[in-house]
Amino acid sequence: MTISKRKPALLAKLPSGIEGFDDITSGGLPQRRTTLLMGGAGSGKTVLALQMVTSAALHGVPGIFVAFEENALQVSANAETFGWNLRKLQKKKLFFMDACMRADVVKSGPFDLTGLLAGLGAKADEMGAKLIVFDAIDVLLSLLDDPAAECRELSRLHEWLMDNELTAILTTKVDDDRPSSAQRYGFMPFMADCAVLLSQRILDRVVVRAMRVLKYRGSSHVLNEVPFVIGPTGVEVGASKGVHPEPQPFTERISIGNRRLDAMLGGGLYRGTNALITGSCGTGKSMLAGNFIEAACQRGERSLFIAFDENARDIARDIGTLGIHLGPHLSSGLLRMESLRSESASSEEHYMHLKRVISAQQPACVVIDPLSALARVGGAPAARAVAERLIYLCRNAGITVLFTSLAEGSDPQLETTALHVSTLADSWIQLSYALIDGERNRAISIIKSRGSKHSNQMRELVFSETGITLADAYSADGKVLLGTLRMEKEQSTRSALGGNHRPSTAKGGRRK
Amino acid sequence: MKREPADAVPAHGAYVFRLYLAGGAPNSVRALANLYSVCHRHFPGCHRIEVIDVLKDPLRALAEAILVTPTLVKVSPAPTQQIIGNLSEEEEVLRALGLPQKEHA
Repeated sequence: MTISKRKPALLAKLPSGIEGFDDITSGGLPQRRTTLLMGGAGSGKTVLALQMVTSAALHGVPGIFVAFEENALQVSANAETFGWNLRKLQKKKLFFMDACMRADVVKSGPFDLTGLLAGLGAKADEMGAKLIVFDAIDVLLSLLDDPAAECRELSRLHEWLMDNELTAILTTKVDDDRPSSAQRYGFMPFMADCAVLLSQRILDRVVVRAMRVLKYRGSSHVLNEVPFVIGPTGVEVGASKGVHPEPQPFTERISIGNRRLDAMLGGGLYRGTNALITGSCGTGKSMLAGNFIEAACQRGERSLFIAFDENARDIARDIGTLGIHLGPHLSSGLLRMESLRSESASSEEHYMHLKRVISAQQPACVVIDPLSALARVGGAPAARAVAERLIYLCRNAGITVLFTSLAEGSDPQLETTALHVSTLADSWIQLSYALIDGERNRAISIIKSRGSKHSNQMRELVFSETGITLADAYSADGKVLLGTLRMEKEQSTRSALGGNHRPSTAKGGRRK
Repeated sequence: MKREPADAVPAHGAYVFRLYLAGGAPNSVRALANLYSVCHRHFPGCHRIEVIDVLKDPLRALAEAILVTPTLVKVSPAPTQQIIGNLSEEEEVLRALGLPQKEHA
């Protein structure tokens, strides 16, 4: 009876107000049609629907939220925790209906939804509502307790929505994230033009949320499952679509904090690119990172140091022993140091958090130490995707990033990184230990530096109270000399030449 | 306490009902007829029925959170009680109203 009313034109979309969601659905909710949000208990259906209707109201699209499971007070309390001011919106743009059936209600004979729909229709007309949410429609349907009646009432609802030309969001519970369990309400998947499944899994004791667009009639959409988080401002969908790096030409060079290392890289780092420092435990990755961030602060650039699983103040203290003092920059606000526990959240949540911190601090240079911490929880593939997006995010913002990665395993020369981010890295600096003649010395080499003629030489990395220095590794009798052997060789060369042919870069670097 | 011929009815005040209907829908017509019949037999002379057509007064139905039609609300005596459906299952109605279900026992 109402089919003729439907417009055959190109499907219009209503932006959901959730950036990543609009990306995976190519623009948002189907206008004047029905979207079904399915998921298990606690999967985020209500929050997502609430955020969509709130966001629409904020953008001048009046909406109605019908809550069959939670009362209006609970719902608005939930909204307040995300900072959505519903009371302000509630005057004209947003109407909440408490539709929890009384527990002591008695059933006697058949009934239907005419009463509810008549009331809502009048309200929708009165306020000019365009969007309507039926939260926990399964609770309403279970009241009918009869498959035939459920189907009849869903069909009634469907017709009512079309007659009123409303964009609708229906949420319903499914068992164990299986969309097939929604088949119980056979008609529901049919009446929806867009169906989204929300899920939550436990991976390494951490909750990982994801959503998948099961279908979207008349529109393209991302087929894959995409991660999302429920953060302090609501749902954030981690769509990987649309974050490809802009092909910006980076021409400005900035110092990595050490002149000799700059020279090895072919003249420092290009601004807006990233550098990866790999090395096993204790090779000095954080020290180099600290050196880089100090140089940025000395140039007067805003900076950010993200430390995973280590107290930022401890790092600042350790770096201080090399004469690198971050304290003044921290107190001036030029530098922000943030300590995160890798196991406290999924990599997706870390990403969203870092995104917020980056947007708050507006840094020119960022250190993430170590990036490999992302992979500790929730599996490597998810972490790799997150690392990739993080790198693209920074690149698009013109931020120079230095990230470290712990090389685990027996072979310190192992030229792989936990996240396989080395392929994304513009520059790759490798730190290692050389164990020769009873001495353990640090060695540094450049594996790659895009767009630069970088050094192929290994250098000795020397830490002292006055800072970080790079010393030439001497090659003699087919051996690379480091530490004491290198210094003896330097000394003998100097005496042979009878002067200070090469100024030692490693004063006090005689190490035991 | 006053005793009606057929049943024991606590008659300390009248029975007040509100019946929410959807125009002339079959279930609504039946609900009204069923309610009249119950009242006639159990509360003769001491009941009042207010009929609200949700199609004519939808905002009132919304304000009173009426989800389905027909819905019968027993307003008094307290406590209030909601009964949904066309009231064809009379035993359920009587039990909800606190009346004995079989009078010819």
